[in-house]
Amino acid sequence: MRKELGILSLLAVLCILVAALNPQFLSSANIQNTTRLIGTYGIFSIGVGIVIVTGGIDLSVGSMFALLGVLLSLMLTQWHWPPLVAVAVVLILGALLGGIHGLLITRLGLQPFLVTLCGLLLYRGLARYIAADVVQGFGAGTGFEWLRDFTTGSIGQVPMPFVLMMIVAVVMWVLLHRSVYGRYLFAVGRNEEAARYSGINSRNVIASAYVISGSLAAVAAILLAFYTNSVSPSSHGNFYELYAIAAAVLGGCSLRGGEGSIIGIVAGTALLQVLRNLVNLLDIPSSLDFAVMGAVILIGVIVDQVLRPKRK
Amino acid sequence: MLEMSGISKRFPGVTALDSVKLSAGRGEVVALVGENGAGKSTLMKILAGIYRPDSGTIHFHGKPVSIRSPRESSQLGIGIIHQELEVIDTLDVAANIFLGREPTWAGALKLVDRPRINSQARQVLARVGMAIAPEALLRTLSTAQRQLVEIARALSQNAELLIMDEPTSSLTLSETERLMHVVADLRSNGVSIVYISHRLDEVERLADRVVVLRDGRNAGELRRGEITKERMVQLMVGRDLKAFFTEPAETRGDVCLELRGLRTERYAAQPISLSLRAGEILGLAGLIGAGRSELAQTVFGIDASMGGEVLLDGALLNIRSPQDAIRHGIYLVPEDRRNCGLLTGMSVRENITLPNLSRFSAGGWVSRPRELAGAEAACAELKIKAASVEVAAASLSGGNQQKIVLAKWLSLKPRVILFDEPTRGIDVGAKAEIYQLMRRLAAEGVAILMISSDMEEILGNSDRVAVMHEGRVTGVLQRSDCTQEAIMQLAVA
Repeated sequence: MRKELGILSLLAVLCILVAALNPQFLSSANIQNTTRLIGTYGIFSIGVGIVIVTGGIDLSVGSMFALLGVLLSLMLTQWHWPPLVAVAVVLILGALLGGIHGLLITRLGLQPFLVTLCGLLLYRGLARYIAADVVQGFGAGTGFEWLRDFTTGSIGQVPMPFVLMMIVAVVMWVLLHRSVYGRYLFAVGRNEEAARYSGINSRNVIASAYVISGSLAAVAAILLAFYTNSVSPSSHGNFYELYAIAAAVLGGCSLRGGEGSIIGIVAGTALLQVLRNLVNLLDIPSSLDFAVMGAVILIGVIVDQVLRPKRK
Repeated sequence: MLEMSGISKRFPGVTALDSVKLSAGRGEVVALVGENGAGKSTLMKILAGIYRPDSGTIHFHGKPVSIRSPRESSQLGIGIIHQELEVIDTLDVAANIFLGREPTWAGALKLVDRPRINSQARQVLARVGMAIAPEALLRTLSTAQRQLVEIARALSQNAELLIMDEPTSSLTLSETERLMHVVADLRSNGVSIVYISHRLDEVERLADRVVVLRDGRNAGELRRGEITKERMVQLMVGRDLKAFFTEPAETRGDVCLELRGLRTERYAAQPISLSLRAGEILGLAGLIGAGRSELAQTVFGIDASMGGEVLLDGALLNIRSPQDAIRHGIYLVPEDRRNCGLLTGMSVRENITLPNLSRFSAGGWVSRPRELAGAEAACAELKIKAASVEVAAASLSGGNQQKIVLAKWLSLKPRVILFDEPTRGIDVGAKAEIYQLMRRLAAEGVAILMISSDMEEILGNSDRVAVMHEGRVTGVLQRSDCTQEAIMQLAVA
C-alpha cells in the first residue's frame, strides 16, 4: 500500500505542478485526450504487470499492436469481414500468441525475456510483410462505423478506452487481489519451487499470465489502431512494451516477481502519460520526451530504494 | 604441522564446538569422523577462515596463527576441498586452477598469460595423476575429475595441509579407488590431510589416525592398529537418549502406503520397496546422499518416478505431480524449509492457507474473514508464535516456520506425511513439540515417514527404522532391535 500511496501522491503533485504552470492542462480537451491515452496504455500495462508479478516479462506487446492493427485494417477495409468477426479474430489471436509464449516458457523452460523478445522481432516483421510495409488505414469507415465510433467515442465526457480500462482494472483487481488464482500468481512469482511443493500447478499459472497479457494487448491493439486511425507497420506500437514495464515498475511491481498491484500499475500508467503531456504543455522540446520519462522513473526508483526499510 | 587446541564456538542457542583439539603431522592422514551435527564442518570452517573461534589456539608450523579470512587460510598453506565443489563450470581447467591468481604478461594491462597458465596447470595436474587437457571445460568433466581439479588448485597454492570434506560422497567405486591413490601419493610427498568422511571403510584403509567428534567435543582418538569400524561407531554414538522422545504406537493399522520397486531419478538402477502402516512412524535413516530425500520427493511427485509402483490402501496411484499426491492425502514437509517449504516473503496467513485456499473461498473468491479465522485457528492449535498472522514467514524462528509448513497440511486430512529432516535447525523445545505432534498424528491413523540424519531423533521416535545406503534399503529394524550401532552398520553398509 505504501508504494501505491507514494506513486499516487507523486501523480497528484505532478498534476498540480503542470496545472499551475499551464492552465491548459485542465482544459477538457486535454483531460479527455490524456485519459484516453491512459485508458489504452493502462489496459495492456495491466496485462504486462500480471506477467511481471509471476516473475516473467513480456516484451512482445508493442509488435503485437502492429501485427494485430495491420490485420484489423485488412479484415475491415480489404476483406470486408463483419466488424464483430474481425474483433473476435484479433482477440483470439492475441490470446493465442500469449498462450504460445506461455507454453514455450513453461513447457520448454525457455526464458521469458528471450521468448517475448523473439515475439517482438517476429510480429514486427510479420506486420511489415503482410502490409507490404505500407501504412494501413481505416478509410471512411464504411461498414464498421459503429466500431470506430465505439472505440473512439465517450460515455458522457469519459473516453471509451478509459471506461474499458476501469472495467479491466476492476476485474483484474478482483482476480489478482481477491481470488484464489491471484494468490497463486503471487506465490509462483515469489518462489515457483515452494509453490510447487504446496501443490500449485505453477506451470499452468505462469502460462495463463501470458494469455492474459496477450488478450489485453489485443484489446489495446484495437483501441490504439482506431485512435491513430492508421497503422504504420514499422513504427506502430514501437517501445510500447517499455511503457508497460515502466508503468508496472513505477507502480510497485518487482521485476523479481511476487509483488505488485493493479492500482499501482494504473497509477504508474497515468504518471507516464502526465509526464508526456507535461513535455507538450511546458514547451519542452518533444525530442526530450523519453529523457524526461527516464529521469523521472530513475529518480522514483532511487527514492524508493533509499526510503525502503532496511532489512537484515 | 597443525595443532588446534581448546577450540570453542558458540552459535545462538547452540554450542557447536566445546574445547576441541585436532592435530596433524607432516605427511599424516587424519580422519575426522562423527555423526551429522557433531561439529566437523564448524571445525573445518574455522580452519578455512569462514568462522572465528570464540576461544582456543591454532598453531601452524609451530607458530600461533589467527585465520581471519579464506584468503589468509590459503596463504598459510591450507587447502580446502569442499563437499559442494566450488568450481566454475563454464571456465576451463586451467582457469579454474588459477582463478583469482592468473599469471599475466608484463605490462599495465595485466593480460592473462595463456601459455604459462596452461603449462603450470599441466604440472600441477600431473601431481594429482590427472591426464586431462588444461583447456577442457569443467562442465565436460565428471564429478571425480572436478574434485581432482580442486585438489590441483589447492596444490598450486602450495598447500601443505589439505582438508577434504566428504570427498567420496558422490563418487563411484572406481573413482573412489583412484582418489585413495591420489591421497596416498600426496601423503608420501609430505602433504598432510584431514579427511572427513562418513565412509568408515575408507577411513579404516586410509587413516593414520582417527579423531572422533561427538556433540561438539572430542569423543576419542584411535591410532593405527586400533582403527576399526566397530570402535569408530562406538565412539561416534555412545551417549544417552534424552527423555523428550515419544512412546511407540500401541496399535498399528493396516499397510497404508506401499512402494514396490520405486526407482528415483538419482538412483535409477535401485528399486526401493517399503511399506508404511497407518498409525506408525517409520524412521528412515542413512547418511547424507543415501537417496532418502529423493525417495520422498518421488513419492510426492516433485521428481519423476523412473519406474515402480506406489500404492495407497492397496490401490495403485499414478502420481505425476504434487497435486496428484496432495489429492490422495500424501504430503511432504521438505528438508529445505526456506526455499521449498515456505514462501518466506509472504505472510503466515498466506502460507498456511496456500494449499487449501479453496476451503476459504467460494467461487474462486477468497473470503478474508474465513481465511483469517482459519490461519489463526491453525496458529493457536500448533502454538505458532507470531506477532500476527500478517507478518512475513521469514521473520519467525525455525521451529515456528516448521509448524507453519505443518499447518499447511493438517487441515487437509492427511493420510501420509513424509517428513524430511523435520527438526533441522530447530531448538530443543520446538523439537519436542514437533515430536508430540507427529505422535498425535500417528495416533489419529496417519502414516508417517520420518527422514532424519539425527540418530537420537530416529531412535527416540520411530516404531520401525528403515536404513538406506546409496539408493538401496539395506535393512528395516523393529524398534526392539534398534541400536545406534545397528543403524550405523547398515548406513555405512
